[in-house]
Amino acid sequence: MEWVNAVVQGILVGGLYALFAAGLSLIFGVMRLVNIAHGDFIVLAAYIGWGVVQMLGLHPLAALIIVVPAMAAIGYSLQRLILNRTLGADLLPPLLVTFGLSVILQNGLLQVFTADSRKLNAGLLETASFTVPPGISIGTLPLLMFATAIAVIAALQYIFYRTGAGRAFRAVSDDREIAQLMGLDNGHVNAMAMALCLAVVGIAGVFLAIRANFDPSFGPSRLIYGFEAVIIGGLGSLWGTLAGGILLGVSQGLGAEINPGWQQLAGHIAFLIVLAVRPRGLFPRIEG
Amino acid sequence: MSEGVATAPTFTRSTTLSRVAGVLALILLAVLAAAPWWGSRAELHLFGEFATYLALAVLWNLLAGYTGLVSVGQQAFVGLGGYVLFTFAQNLGVPPLLSIPIAGVIAGLAAVPVGLLVFRLQGAYFAIGTWVVAEVFRLGFAQIAVLGGGSGTSLTTDIVKSISETRDGREAMVYWVSLALGAGSVGVVYALLRSRIGLALTAIRDGEIASSSLGINIVQVKFLVYVLVAAVTAMVGALIFLQKLRISPDAAFSVNDWTAFVIFIVVIGGIGTIEGPILGTIVYFLLRYWLADYGTVYYMILGALAIVIMLFAPQGIWGLVARRFGWSLFPVGYRMHWTG
Repeated sequence: MEWVNAVVQGILVGGLYALFAAGLSLIFGVMRLVNIAHGDFIVLAAYIGWGVVQMLGLHPLAALIIVVPAMAAIGYSLQRLILNRTLGADLLPPLLVTFGLSVILQNGLLQVFTADSRKLNAGLLETASFTVPPGISIGTLPLLMFATAIAVIAALQYIFYRTGAGRAFRAVSDDREIAQLMGLDNGHVNAMAMALCLAVVGIAGVFLAIRANFDPSFGPSRLIYGFEAVIIGGLGSLWGTLAGGILLGVSQGLGAEINPGWQQLAGHIAFLIVLAVRPRGLFPRIEG
Repeated sequence: MSEGVATAPTFTRSTTLSRVAGVLALILLAVLAAAPWWGSRAELHLFGEFATYLALAVLWNLLAGYTGLVSVGQQAFVGLGGYVLFTFAQNLGVPPLLSIPIAGVIAGLAAVPVGLLVFRLQGAYFAIGTWVVAEVFRLGFAQIAVLGGGSGTSLTTDIVKSISETRDGREAMVYWVSLALGAGSVGVVYALLRSRIGLALTAIRDGEIASSSLGINIVQVKFLVYVLVAAVTAMVGALIFLQKLRISPDAAFSVNDWTAFVIFIVVIGGIGTIEGPILGTIVYFLLRYWLADYGTVYYMILGALAIVIMLFAPQGIWGLVARRFGWSLFPVGYRMHWTG
């Protein structure tokens, strides 16, 4: 029964990993950009959420009303002011610039908030749970996280394939130059994609902060989890990120069941196995 | 020779400047090699650390600047080298200095399966894939109880004393090995780039598709360079932890210490040149000397400097100098002269 429980909890945590991954997948799809600072932005969102809750005394979930637009604004300006200048045939500039951003963010957060770990307190929501079949208890918070992940991915899927903005994303993704000839402002389209990405990061950051303690050094491993979920799921597939997140969460849960020190290791090993056996991921969509 | 008759052009590699630079470099190397007799212990440490960072920068530059393999996971091989040294010296009784080349061989062997896996990822995803491997190494070594697990282990005094009985003798020995690895890395990369492989690497750097159409087996050349860089990086790593005498998974596989700073050094100095990493290492140590007291702010300045350079002068400081004055201290190409 313990093992079944580990699998169930792993699936639910997979929702959070899918939230880490969805934004990465989106901006890679639109502009072939991998943001090394992605995980640090998740932690930044967690700190913004923490600041909002401290100042306004809101419930952490209500803080989303401020965190999400704030992160979207940061994403838009980041893309317009810095990242658009790095895009081109050479993949080195975006990689190195976002690597620099990652170091700046980590140390900036350390400077402002110190290395103390913090947490958002969501009160009753954190402890509430129900028992479906006897022996398996499902927490309300993990379930809410998982449902949010599904809703976010469905929304992204809708935006990407059913709206005018999504058509612009897909056009820029398919051929930047032709998209520009057709009257699209690539710089603006990229910035909108980054705004959307960081809006999702805002949600992920607040959930991260409610779920467990966090500190400024948390970014890189969140980036790695998100990245692993993207590759496991298959490049460019949004629903794939959910599958990837779940596989990662379940592997970690089972690893922790064997030995607590094996939790992260088991996730990475599952990723490497998928890479060895199915390098294009479970549900591949676009050329890498 | 009669005037007006065109003769064949002649080709030279070296220039007066590069010959002068070469002689100066050898003199500098000789002066540095004598440092145990004229320098203080603190100076030896500083020069030794400079040499190890120079080696890491030159190696990362060979990988990213010439083959386009942007790895952010080189700490995997730094840490592996360190742990191999500790295992062989501490647990198997091999002399520590002999354990350094062993670390190179083992890391080279480990780089083959690792490379086969990460080469399945392209571009930026390759970068993060290498990082995952480094994390696997870090978490894996934290599970090995005989190597101290998560909290690490130290070299025992009798092993340290096996290098040399006196502390000064030991420090000089470790320093000479650092110097040899630092200068050796520059020398090996310089020689490699002047060889046939270097020609292939330069061609790949300047245009992958064109070089492939000229018959260069890109994947094979890249893989070869990846394994070579891994092996030498591990030797540098073994040396770093011989200097420190203590190792732990977090220190051995630190992405900041062994990759982030190294990347900043190369970007600031000038990626894809031999001179760039050397200049970058000097700039890095100067900045650290002036700003290290500011802690986190210093790292933020370093990151910001790398971003500004990447955006506005992607060829780095050396690129600006070379373009302005046409200098080349380590010429790897040819210059054509018309005589007659």
